Amino acid sequence: MSELTRLGIAEALAGLARKDFSAIELTSAHLDAMAAARPLNAFITETPERALEMARASDVRRAQGESGPLDGVPIAIKDLFCTTGVQTTAGSRILDGFTPPYDSTVTANLWRAGGVMLGKANLDEFAMGSSNITSAYGPVVSPWSPGEPGAWTRRLVPGGSSGGSAAAVAARCAMAATGTDTGGSIRQPASFCGIVGLKPTYGRCSRWGIVAFASSLDQAGPMTRSVEDAALMLGGMAGYDPKDSTSVDRPVPDYRAGLTGDVRGLRIGIPKEYRVDGMPAEIEALWHQGIAWLKAVGAEPVEVSLPHTRHALATYYIVAPAEASSNLARYDGVRFGLRRAGGSLKDLYEETRGAGFGTEVRRRILIGTYVLSAGYYDAYYLQAQKVRTRISWDFRDAFQRCDAILTPTAPSTAFAIGEKMDDPIQMYLNDVFTVPASLAGLPAISVPAGLGADGLPLGLQLIGRPFDEETVLRVAQVLEQAAAFRELPPCVR
Amino acid sequence: MSIDKATVAKIAHLARIKVPEEDQEHLAGELSAILTFVEQLNEVDTDTVPPMTSAIAHKLRRRPDVVDDGGDREGILANAPERAEGFFVVPKVVE
Repeated sequence: MSELTRLGIAEALAGLARKDFSAIELTSAHLDAMAAARPLNAFITETPERALEMARASDVRRAQGESGPLDGVPIAIKDLFCTTGVQTTAGSRILDGFTPPYDSTVTANLWRAGGVMLGKANLDEFAMGSSNITSAYGPVVSPWSPGEPGAWTRRLVPGGSSGGSAAAVAARCAMAATGTDTGGSIRQPASFCGIVGLKPTYGRCSRWGIVAFASSLDQAGPMTRSVEDAALMLGGMAGYDPKDSTSVDRPVPDYRAGLTGDVRGLRIGIPKEYRVDGMPAEIEALWHQGIAWLKAVGAEPVEVSLPHTRHALATYYIVAPAEASSNLARYDGVRFGLRRAGGSLKDLYEETRGAGFGTEVRRRILIGTYVLSAGYYDAYYLQAQKVRTRISWDFRDAFQRCDAILTPTAPSTAFAIGEKMDDPIQMYLNDVFTVPASLAGLPAISVPAGLGADGLPLGLQLIGRPFDEETVLRVAQVLEQAAAFRELPPCVR
Repeated sequence: MSIDKATVAKIAHLARIKVPEEDQEHLAGELSAILTFVEQLNEVDTDTVPPMTSAIAHKLRRRPDVVDDGGDREGILANAPERAEGFFVVPKVVE
């Protein structure tokens, strides 16, 4: 394995500036790693030619003294972001053959900052899932799976829905990746793969050009191997966009400059309702360890209450499918993607959508259609939106008493491909700790904090006030330093 | 709440998704389980609570009502499964 693929963004930028290596060399090292890691199935589309072309342009810019803040950094893009001239699948058959003639705002921002695209990362179909098992392009295998790549003794999931992104970053194929998070799709795979995943405040990154799942929840964010890299990536992704009416017009701070390492006097909320029944002892222990680490450097743990936490998953599983059923109405076989011939227009719609959507997506569209249908709207959707207000108020009240909230990220380490497949609700429980912050639109990060008894990574989550990514990142970096997580997945040891 | 096979067929039609009959029974079971799971929300007192309409408090912006993009017929049609003379083609809808 090339040393270049072990670098973080800050180190790589320093090396490029010193001319220790070129962007071409850096990108080539990652392309080699990407090719070697193909058994993981982390990428749906590799774009090596585009990558080398972008790297070459980056070297030219640097030679002319015109480099951007991420110039030459090789990045994997979740295949939910539209990319000009590169097929974009959302992990679904229904987008077969779709090649966007435009870039999402977030990817355009990254290219403007000098980022280099390695390829499009695998994901759960339409970002619906917590395991990357629902992708029409096959599951991603976690780089943490035991055994030799391709001959694993147990194939583990990388988490989801940003499973390809998480696997690519953990396997040192990509220096960073974009993810999207609707109910935990950045943070849960980050926890499973031992990397950092940040879901920014709703509105911080533009949703324009990202295939929509649940528009009131979807938010793009970075997946990286360090908190500092997450700060750098977020700076490259975030910003106001007139094309997204919910994008927020406020300046993008220098997130890295906010990483002072000083959390003295900060109050860290510990929500008592996150001690859920049946939580594994090792997760509870890691959470206590996290509290102790922050206390040791001068932060002050305070107990807070988020009383409606136990209703968050049920709320989410009404709101998200309802919005999905509406958003996914656009896949009709007429304007782009798959088309199945039908005698009538109605047949064309039904045949196309019947053939194009996988079972999880179909299940969620049907639930969403049901809860929005005449006679049920008030009982389900309206009630869920009211409970969502209560969940949001819980956080507002808690943040009167604290500056950030610390919780576990996921209720377990990674499970094996094939497990939890029979019961959708069991799968949904993966998101029990991540969904509440999504419903409230709050920034939240997962930081690798240790290993479970099975030798697999576990993350801790920090949740912040709206648009206070700076505090979230600052506390996260302190946690990262205390945890000193250095373990590597077997395939890169 | 329990939904039956006929209801699955009805919402599948509303969603314009062809669901083979042999899948309907199983789906009825899965959807019923999800609906039973979410029914816990009825326990929450929401009489005085407004429904959430925005994840983050902000005002919708206004902008001048002017065309600032468009005119890209080729780009719009580029991914069409079937096209003719600058239009999307669908099965005949008017006899």
